[in-house]
Order: sequence, then structure tokens, then C-alpha cells
Amino acid sequence: MTTIDKTASAPSRRIEDDGDTPLLDVRDLHVEFKTRDSLVKAVNGVSYSVRAGETLAVLGESGSGKSVTAQAIMGILDMPPGRIPHGEIRFRGKDMLAMPNDERRKLRGRKIAMIFQDALSSLNPVLSVGYQLGEMFRVHEGLSRKAAKAKSIDLMDRVRIPAARERVNDYPHQFSGGMRQRIMIAMAMALEPDLIIADEPTTALDVTVQAQVMELLAELQAEYNMGLILITHDLGVVADVADKIAVMYAGRIVETAPVHELYKRPAHPYTRGLLDSIPRLDQKGQELYAIKGLPPNLTQIPPGCAFNPRCPKADDICRTEVPLLLSVTERDGTDLPGRGSACHFWKETIHG
Amino acid sequence: MADPAKKDEAAGRKDVPQDAVPNLTKVEVAEATTIAEVETVLDAPVERGEPILQVRNLVKHFPLTQGILFRRQIGAVKAVDGLSFDLYQGETLGIVGESGCGKSTVAKLLMTLETATAGEVFYKGQDITKLSGRALKAVRRNIQMVFQDPYTSLNPRMTVGDIIGEPFEIHPEVAPKGDRRRKVRDLLDVVGLNPEYINRYPHQFSGGQRQRIGIARGLALNPEIIICDEPVSALDVSVQAQVINLMEKLQDEFNLSYIFIAHDLSIVRHISDRVGVMYLGKMAEIGTDTEIYDHPTHPYTQALLSAVPVPDPAAREGRERIILVGDVPSPANPPSGCRFRTRCWKAEDKCAKEVPLLAIPQRFVGANTPAAHESACHFAEEKDVVHA
Repeated sequence: MTTIDKTASAPSRRIEDDGDTPLLDVRDLHVEFKTRDSLVKAVNGVSYSVRAGETLAVLGESGSGKSVTAQAIMGILDMPPGRIPHGEIRFRGKDMLAMPNDERRKLRGRKIAMIFQDALSSLNPVLSVGYQLGEMFRVHEGLSRKAAKAKSIDLMDRVRIPAARERVNDYPHQFSGGMRQRIMIAMAMALEPDLIIADEPTTALDVTVQAQVMELLAELQAEYNMGLILITHDLGVVADVADKIAVMYAGRIVETAPVHELYKRPAHPYTRGLLDSIPRLDQKGQELYAIKGLPPNLTQIPPGCAFNPRCPKADDICRTEVPLLLSVTERDGTDLPGRGSACHFWKETIHG
Repeated sequence: MADPAKKDEAAGRKDVPQDAVPNLTKVEVAEATTIAEVETVLDAPVERGEPILQVRNLVKHFPLTQGILFRRQIGAVKAVDGLSFDLYQGETLGIVGESGCGKSTVAKLLMTLETATAGEVFYKGQDITKLSGRALKAVRRNIQMVFQDPYTSLNPRMTVGDIIGEPFEIHPEVAPKGDRRRKVRDLLDVVGLNPEYINRYPHQFSGGQRQRIGIARGLALNPEIIICDEPVSALDVSVQAQVINLMEKLQDEFNLSYIFIAHDLSIVRHISDRVGVMYLGKMAEIGTDTEIYDHPTHPYTQALLSAVPVPDPAAREGRERIILVGDVPSPANPPSGCRFRTRCWKAEDKCAKEVPLLAIPQRFVGANTPAAHESACHFAEEKDVVHA
């Protein structure tokens, strides 16, 4: 499952993996938005892949391009102003960006579904939840309204909404935050897709409810052997559910690693900084470690490594040369499967 | 509506000789009748470690009404229902709890932005819920607030200089007119912003910088207490740490007392000296950070702590997690007896009948263990959920 990704215009350095094609394979994806006076480069050469049953966590701050990548995969980017100048999104080997619209539409919802962050604004307030859930069956499978409603009740039962039969005609505002998120999950699950993209599914929820929702999601994922892309900025949630992690910064992947490895030995100063800024017990009363400065403005990404103005290790080479996402090895050169870091000084960061 | 509950509590106290809230200090009510006297009392300094704010049986019920012409009250949302705690000078008291448990209402009550239905808030021995006019204005100068959302709490049409300088318009005695710009520049410098930014508008700043502006505004009048309502929840992880560090630095520099309301338990632990856990308008458990995090005795605290995802993948197997069922019940119709009983795995008949008092559990009284802190549970039991 080694996938070593590459950046920008460099030729492909992908190492082919063990035979079968991954469920989703994003290669060198670029997304930019044209505004009145500038070009915002939101995603600059992102590559990742997900297999069936696997959870990929995409970690990053706001503005790092993690949600835009997801929207590009779903095909729900506003174009214009958005544009995909370069890149491939392969689903089961077929490039979705090259597909005609109606073919792509058949995949959306049926094969790839998305769970959005804010359930209250993602659900239509003037339609009952039963109607909105049933829409999946009516549109994709041509079921009658009655049959679709019966199916929605099943779905609501499956995501453990109590008294589903009575509540199917209720409107979104009549549900609590956790229940609304369950409805969003039910909607994504409706046609048993192969891949689910969850964009900050629990950010708006309380920790107790977050635990319920994440447990439900993990259960359903195991039941249907789905691939899951979990987009989040919560290092705790990632540690709990992810198999592998891609850390994004300013539209690039700066580090990829299996979950245990990343927390033990980060190979990029940004990842290290994020991990260090979590308050820890033994640091009580001391200053928290803080990454200095602010995330970059995407219209003026610093030359060289985008993280260089905030990086404690930055050197001259960081200000001029864009580091490629290269595979990370042990000190003696042994390959570390699945690991990559886009830092000129990854050796010092991981081994130093 | 509040009276019967209060009576119950008083009766309960008689039965439990070690008294319901033993760690609460005695309120020394300052006698002051004229405004001048009140102002002298408020100007008096408080020693470090002495109580500066004493909250006693604070209640806030929001009425639910029906009818258009003849409005009658059909019930009340019991947002805060009998809350007592102390804030000591120079300390940080963290308040945690799920959304809807009344955290933010407490903040508004302490700011006297809402009028309390019952109960008292003593600031230096003055009950601020009863004050009005000039005396209240003097109190408000000393208690300031930092809001949650830095995007909506700053007026987009005012420059940063106007926003931070606005408190001086209301309290001109703090800074004479000619001196204000300089003061604002100083404040910008204190919170780590470039004083040249004084003429910029809020939209020209990032989230973390805006929160710094909010903090500068809170500091403008040299308050003694700052109430922070979720000050970092809207910020990115890498920026959160910067703002937390700033707040700790300012606390030392200006000798501030903080009430820090948040739902991020790890940050609350980092910044707080003591932590109170709220559930449905009542305090479930209160104690020092070690007592609450390492030796929680209330089942709700245990569930809350165990639900927090730990940023360590090695912990995900083996770790025992308590996953609560259902949501927080409606505060308009809270469960009888213990409010947590509907989601509690320990609940018995007693929990439905008797309201548990916030007290050191009987079994731990006199024992020299960190578990001996106030917990409002009939079956309080120590359980280490963080390290298990």
C-alpha cells in the first residue's frame, strides 16, 4: 500500500502497489479559483489513495485545501470560479474528471457519498427528513414515494434514531444536533456507496455526541467495507479512527504516514508543531508550544516551502526550492511503507 | 418557582451535617448604602487567593409563554438552576459541559447582561444582581468579557481603534480624551498586534488576530475579572496555542482572575486551577484540575472525559469508553431528582426521588484522597477514565 506522492510538475514517482487498484486514487490534483484581482491556488498537486475498508484522515487547518480536494472528488466545486487545471481523480481506475457529466452523476451518491459538517444548513429546512432521505431512492432507483418512505424509515432505524416511524415526517429543526448528523450519515449510506467522504462530521458536536457519531460511522464502515476519507483538524479524532493520515498545508500534502507512525515520529516540522501544541499533562503551568505566525494567504504562497516563514528549521534552501513529497526511510535506509514527507530536512526531523 | 427547590436544598442541608457546599467561603456582605460607599468598596483591592466573586444559588429561568393577547406563562427553561461557586483572586476557574447546560447563561449573569431570577452574585461583598445605575456601572468596569466568535463580536464598520477605544467612551474616567489613541496603541502592543494597525477594519485580520482584538477590548478598562466564553473554539489548532499563551501571560501581568468557559477539555485543563463541570443548569462536580481529571467521582464527568478522543493512536485499543445514550434532556422539563439519571448507568430509585447535593461524598469525607472533592452524586465513586 505504498503510495509515494509527488508535487507540482515533477514527473510521477508513484511506486506501484500490490496489484489491485485502489478504490479512489487522486493524482497530482490542482484546483484554483479565479477572483476579480487574483488567482487563489487552493490545491497544488495533491495525491492520495483510499482502498475499500480503509480510513484515510486528511488533517489540516482552515484554508489548507482539504475541503476543496473533497469537493473536487465529489464534483461539487463551483466552476467557474473554480478550475481544475491539472490532475486526475480515478475511481476504480477510471478518471472521473474525463467523464461526461451524466456518467459522473451516476457515481455521485450511489458510489461516492459525502457527509457535510453542518447538518443544520446542509438539510433543507422546508422538507421533512423522510422526504429528503427518500429522494436518494426516488432519483437513483426510481422507487415510488411510498416505497421510498419505507426505505427511509429503515435507514433511520439503522442509524439508531429512536421512534423512526413517528419521526420520519419531522423537519430538520425538530432534531438535535447529533440526530441531524445521524440523518446526514443515513443519507450518505442510503445506496450503500463504496466510498464516503466525511468533511468534519463532528466538529459542531459535543464530545459525548461526537463519540456516538464516530462509533456509528465506524460500525457502518466495517459492515459495508467502505472506504472513508475523514477530513478534520482534530488530532484526537484522527488518532481514534484513521488507518493512514495525509497532513495538508497550503494546498499541498506535507506528510503521509500510517497513524501510529505519525504520532510517534512526525517527519515534517508542521506535523511536529501540531502535535506539540496539544496541551499535555506534564506541561501544565508552562507555555504551550505554539507554531508562530499565521497560515499563508493562498494568493501569495511563499516561495519554496510554504511553511518556511513559520518553521523553526527553515534554511536558505527552504526559501527557494519547493520540497517534494519523498519517501521516508529508517536511518539505515530501510523503507518505511506508506511514509512520505515534503521537507528538505525530514531526516533531521524524524531521526534527530 | 424557584422557592420550593430552594427549600428542599435548605432542608437537605440540615440532614447532611457536613453541609452542602463545604468549600464555599462565607460571604462577608459589605454594608454600603450610598453610591460613594459602594464605589469605595469596589475599589478596595482583594488579596491573592481570597474570594473575589462568590456565586450563591444562582437561578435563571427563561419563561415560556403562550397566547398573543393574554400571555400566560406555561413553563420555564431552567437554564441555570441553583449554582454556587467561588472565584478566587488570580485563579482561573474552568467551566465545562455540553451545549445547552447553561455555561453561557452563567457568563451573562455574571456580567449582569441578564437579570437573575433568584440568587446572589457577590463581588467584593456587594450583591451585583441588586445594583443599578452608577454602582452597577462601576462593577461592570471591573468584570469584562471575551466572546466566542471573533467574526461576529467585532463591529465590521468600526476600526480597530474605535472598537478597543469604545470602553473609554462609556468610562471616561479611565482615560482622558486626548490620551485614548495612545492607550489603544499600548493595548494593541500588549496583545501582540502591531500598533500601526489601529486604523484597520476587522475584516483585514485573521481569526486569531481578531480574538486578540477582542482580548484588547476586554483589557481596556483594567478589569479584575475576565469572563472568557469559548475564546479559542473558533480558532485553528496552531493559533489556539498562541491565544492561550497570550491569555496566561496577561493573567500574570495584570493579576487577572479568569472564568474560562469551554468545551475543549484538554485546553481547560491546561489553563485552569479549578474546574467545574455543569450539567443541565447545575454543577455536577467541582474541584482542582487533578481532582476532576484524574479522580472524577461523578458519572457525568467520567463519561465526558472518556468521550474525549486522545491524540495517541496507541490508546485506541484497550481504552474503556463510556458512550452515553441519547441527548441532554430539555432544560424546560428536567428529570426529577438527579438530572443526569436518564443517561446514567448507575441510576437507581433514589436518584429519581432525591436531588443529590453538591458535597464531598460521604465515603470520602475526612479521607486524605484527591477523590474528596464536591460531587453531586448519590453513588459517587472514583474511576480513572483518562489513563484506563
